[in-house]
Amino acid sequence: MSSGERGDQRTSLAARIRRSLVRGPLLPRDDRQRKRIIIETLILHFRPVWVPAKTIRYTHTFGLGGMSLVLFLLLAATGILMLFVYEPSPDAAYGSIVALEEEIRFGPLVRGIHYWSANLLVIIMVLHMLRVYLTGGYLGPRQFNWVIGLTLLLFVLLSNLTGYLLPWDQLSYWATTIVLGMIGYLPLAGEPLAGAIRGGEQVGAATLVRFYAFHTTVGPLILISLMAWHFWRVRQARGVVIPRAPGEAHDERPDRVLMVPNLLLREFCLALVLIATVMVMSLFFTAPLGEAANPGMSPNPARAPWYFAGFQELLMHFHPVFAVLVIPALAVIGLLFIPYVRYERDTSGIFMMSVQGRRLGLIAVLGAGIITPFLIVADEYWIDFSAWLPGASPMLSEGLVPAALAAILPAAVYITLRRARRVANNEAIQAMVIVLMTAFAVLTAAGAFFRGPGMALAWPWSL
Amino acid sequence: MTREDDKHRGDDHVSRRGFFAPMIAALGVVALLEYIVVAADFLRPRRGRIRAAARDIVRAGPVDQFRPNSVTAFPEGRFYLARLADGGFLALARQCTHLGCTVPWDAPQKRFVCPCHSSAFDIRGEVLSPPAPRPLDLYEVRIENDIVKVDVSRSVRRHAFDASQVVRS
Repeated sequence: MSSGERGDQRTSLAARIRRSLVRGPLLPRDDRQRKRIIIETLILHFRPVWVPAKTIRYTHTFGLGGMSLVLFLLLAATGILMLFVYEPSPDAAYGSIVALEEEIRFGPLVRGIHYWSANLLVIIMVLHMLRVYLTGGYLGPRQFNWVIGLTLLLFVLLSNLTGYLLPWDQLSYWATTIVLGMIGYLPLAGEPLAGAIRGGEQVGAATLVRFYAFHTTVGPLILISLMAWHFWRVRQARGVVIPRAPGEAHDERPDRVLMVPNLLLREFCLALVLIATVMVMSLFFTAPLGEAANPGMSPNPARAPWYFAGFQELLMHFHPVFAVLVIPALAVIGLLFIPYVRYERDTSGIFMMSVQGRRLGLIAVLGAGIITPFLIVADEYWIDFSAWLPGASPMLSEGLVPAALAAILPAAVYITLRRARRVANNEAIQAMVIVLMTAFAVLTAAGAFFRGPGMALAWPWSL
Repeated sequence: MTREDDKHRGDDHVSRRGFFAPMIAALGVVALLEYIVVAADFLRPRRGRIRAAARDIVRAGPVDQFRPNSVTAFPEGRFYLARLADGGFLALARQCTHLGCTVPWDAPQKRFVCPCHSSAFDIRGEVLSPPAPRPLDLYEVRIENDIVKVDVSRSVRRHAFDASQVVRS
């Protein structure tokens, strides 16, 4: 008989149960015990044990990745509660949401938290992607984690879209109809695909059940798996990219601090601030609920959810094949391959690559931010290629010609910068990426806030 | 057995492991494909398959009930019955061909106007103003014993209006 078992006989039952759960002390007192806790705790062992001291500075990452996780947890907590009330059928869905809002004490708060967390999650994840891009976090050992991150963003968008339909009000019904209509424009596979998602000729009971199954089971499962992989790869890369000043060499042996408590405590504080913010938002701005869905009457205007408003706006200016296939496909391929370009310089950790990169980036934001709204207005009122090119197929006059002209802007940026002798390909690509991202942000804002009845341009305050 | 042993037996020899490993991998792929096929069957729209046998026929009413140059809505059947000026009938799907919004008939203006992106269609369903890419879809109209009947089980796409689409009594 070993000494350990003999020791068990002398300790209390509670102490023996506790020791069977956790071997070490509950509150670590020194670094050796802290390290052990990180390695031996299931959740914590996804994180790096040591993190470079420079990376825990708040303004390096703004905690955007951690905030995304907190929002996901809020979504899970509130979503699970709503599962017990919601009925996924066209006859009962709207009524069950009304019952949630009116008969359950904290119903509106829970739905509000779910609504605001979902919308904030899209914004925070896009900002996170932007942060990783601008600090060169997609380079070096973190290339594939950029791809996983993009996949996460895709599934968050799909989860948001499928959740949008569930209240079955006018807003959600017609937004879903429009998005499925957009999918129907994909060449060859479009109609079968839209039909398979819709489960019939128009949005109905089959669509609702499909969206419900995805939103409550498939989406969360995929997101949890991808998140675990994403965090695990951060650990494998020994934390996030280490910030450095332009011209500063890589620090081969950076100062490292233990994740617990240095990073964890900071993240915990940020989580509390974020949760408080979401609570306050949900208290003052309730989640919208329109009238019950009426398949016989489209509201005017009927819009896609705001995070797809950019694509809907593209549809106002380009042939559908370009708006829903060519342009988005090029954008996604471009984003996926950002880490795999052969760059002339290693700029990982340097904010916007160099002093010159910052200057070019600022010009790119301002330039695209001014030119894109101008182009939208010009296309709305003056540009009309189908009239100017009589006899040309719509694919040419509304697709290829305007798309080629629109591509001149980013292409010109890249070519001009590459001609300039002292600009590396990193900086030229960064400027081009910033031009495209700014343009898409402007398109999203235009589609979400500046489209009135009949989808004509209008000021937000006149709607 | 070591890799060296394999080499001595010549190039055409496949080791037991070398034989089974790709087969097991292939079986894994087959299992995955099976799951995808099963999933695809679960996702396939059911409505068409079940109702194909007992086709959905909406009895619209006697021919004389519809005045020439008029449009009558049938919300239950999700279509409009248009009677053209020459007395011919067309059953038009009410979904806009742009993104699927429901188009209301504007009787004074004599046109369908989509509330979503202001596509407009005339009484024959032809596009008056884009972004709609093609005319409104049609349902099959039949006139039996002066009664107008519409088969709503399947809508038919068309690229342009032509006279053969019109059904006359």
